[in-house]
Amino acid sequence: MTSELAVEDLLRQLAPQVLAALTRRNGQFDLCEDAVQEALLAAALQWPAEGVPDNPRGWLITVASRRLLDQLRGDAARQRRETAAIALMPPEAWQVPPPDIEALPEHEDDALTLLYLCCHPSLSPASQLALTLRAVGGLTTAQIAAAFFVPETTMAQRISRAKATIKAAGARFELPPDVDRAARFQVVLHVLYLIFNEGYTASSGDALQRPELAAEAIRLTRDLRRRLPGDGEVAGLLALMLLTDARRAARTQPDGSLVPLAEQDRSRWDRAVIREGVELLTETLPIGAIGPYQLQAAIAAIHDEAAGAEDTDWPQILSLYRLLVQISPNPMITLNHAVAAAMVNGPESGLRMLDALGDDQRIARHHRLEAVRGHLLEMAGDPEAARAAFRLAARRTTSLPERRYLEDRAARLAT
Amino acid sequence: MKYVLLIHSDIAFWDSLPKEETDRVIGNHFKLMDELKASGELIRVDGLAHDRAFIEFRDGAPTVTDGPFGEVKEQLAGVFVVDVDSLERAKEVAGPISEYGVVEIRALMEDAGTEM
Repeated sequence: MTSELAVEDLLRQLAPQVLAALTRRNGQFDLCEDAVQEALLAAALQWPAEGVPDNPRGWLITVASRRLLDQLRGDAARQRRETAAIALMPPEAWQVPPPDIEALPEHEDDALTLLYLCCHPSLSPASQLALTLRAVGGLTTAQIAAAFFVPETTMAQRISRAKATIKAAGARFELPPDVDRAARFQVVLHVLYLIFNEGYTASSGDALQRPELAAEAIRLTRDLRRRLPGDGEVAGLLALMLLTDARRAARTQPDGSLVPLAEQDRSRWDRAVIREGVELLTETLPIGAIGPYQLQAAIAAIHDEAAGAEDTDWPQILSLYRLLVQISPNPMITLNHAVAAAMVNGPESGLRMLDALGDDQRIARHHRLEAVRGHLLEMAGDPEAARAAFRLAARRTTSLPERRYLEDRAARLAT
Repeated sequence: MKYVLLIHSDIAFWDSLPKEETDRVIGNHFKLMDELKASGELIRVDGLAHDRAFIEFRDGAPTVTDGPFGEVKEQLAGVFVVDVDSLERAKEVAGPISEYGVVEIRALMEDAGTEM
């Protein structure tokens, strides 16, 4: 007997390796992906009861290969018989790896190539996320659907459309050409970051049904870091995730309401995770060009290392934001830059920066702009205007906990 | 982002249209349903029956009334729930089903939030 959890961990580790091996040999990523999912399912049913075969990767590759072959032959009846027969074979039968497997060694670039494929530019972000979680993360469609709160049929269609889109785009199982690689790599990092964010912002929900997306993003990024130890931005992204995730226990109350950074109980921050994030940054910051993930991680580290909110080194944070807006200009970063400016130079300085953002269509109607304005107006001693800004922010957000928090801030200012 | 598309329609005007015309418009609805299903953006879709009942609190007790919309010709005729990348995409989706009516687009509130 092997625990189901141990089997699930092993399967999720092996899933991208098996898929990569199969796709590298056969092409046809869409069909290979289906075949691997079926092999994973067979293993998930069989291994906990009968034990893990000596060569689990070989077992999966063989089952998936046969399934693929059946699919290609289009012989539905035979397909069912064979898959069932393979899945029923006792683990002892696999002590000697089938000859197939010798020909399918793990290729150094497999995991990375798979990530590039799942984050193909022809796909929408939602599809990139879903496909990455399934093909690289080894999650089932049901698990991914639960994570995004959509019906399983919706997610199944999204994944199958994504695979069809990649196929239509003529994508092959190989690393992108040099000329595209840097830009494509940015997309990969962004997708991992989005998966993390999705998990970080989601309330706990039904823990048994919903996979932990933040943990999954950290796992995938750790794996990427092992493969690309010299890449400062991969290290920066991993550090950013760790330094943010370390605050998880303190950022919500048991009733789900949000606790802002300044009011969090810092004794509940995970010190071990913070240490890991800081060490990662210290190791990589001095090497090579600095990127936006490293800078954001450095800012998170400064927050995490302050004993209390009042001990925060805001001048240091402000100088990091100045760098960040230069190398990665975007209105959300300017918004945070304005907060740092207000903490160092007074609220008026921050408010002036917000006024400039009011003309930026990407953020002009965003609730966060008004939420920050509310805070800065409150700092500036204008409770009337602050209350109006918090109320406007509360009307604009699409998050219930955020709306409760913003309404509460407005109510606190009521005379 | 999840949005609900509320299709408001003037039932009396709709009933006055020739059958070929209503068939054409309904055909567009089905086409959209198929497209959204295939792209993995459709969460659910429902048509609503015409008859409606209103319950309101009157003198502290729930009471059956004529409702607050007596004068209004439009009524809710159908509902799409979609999960799309942006409000822009939601507006694009609403286009083909806005014929002879008004589609109201509303974001669904999420049960999660970001650190403030």
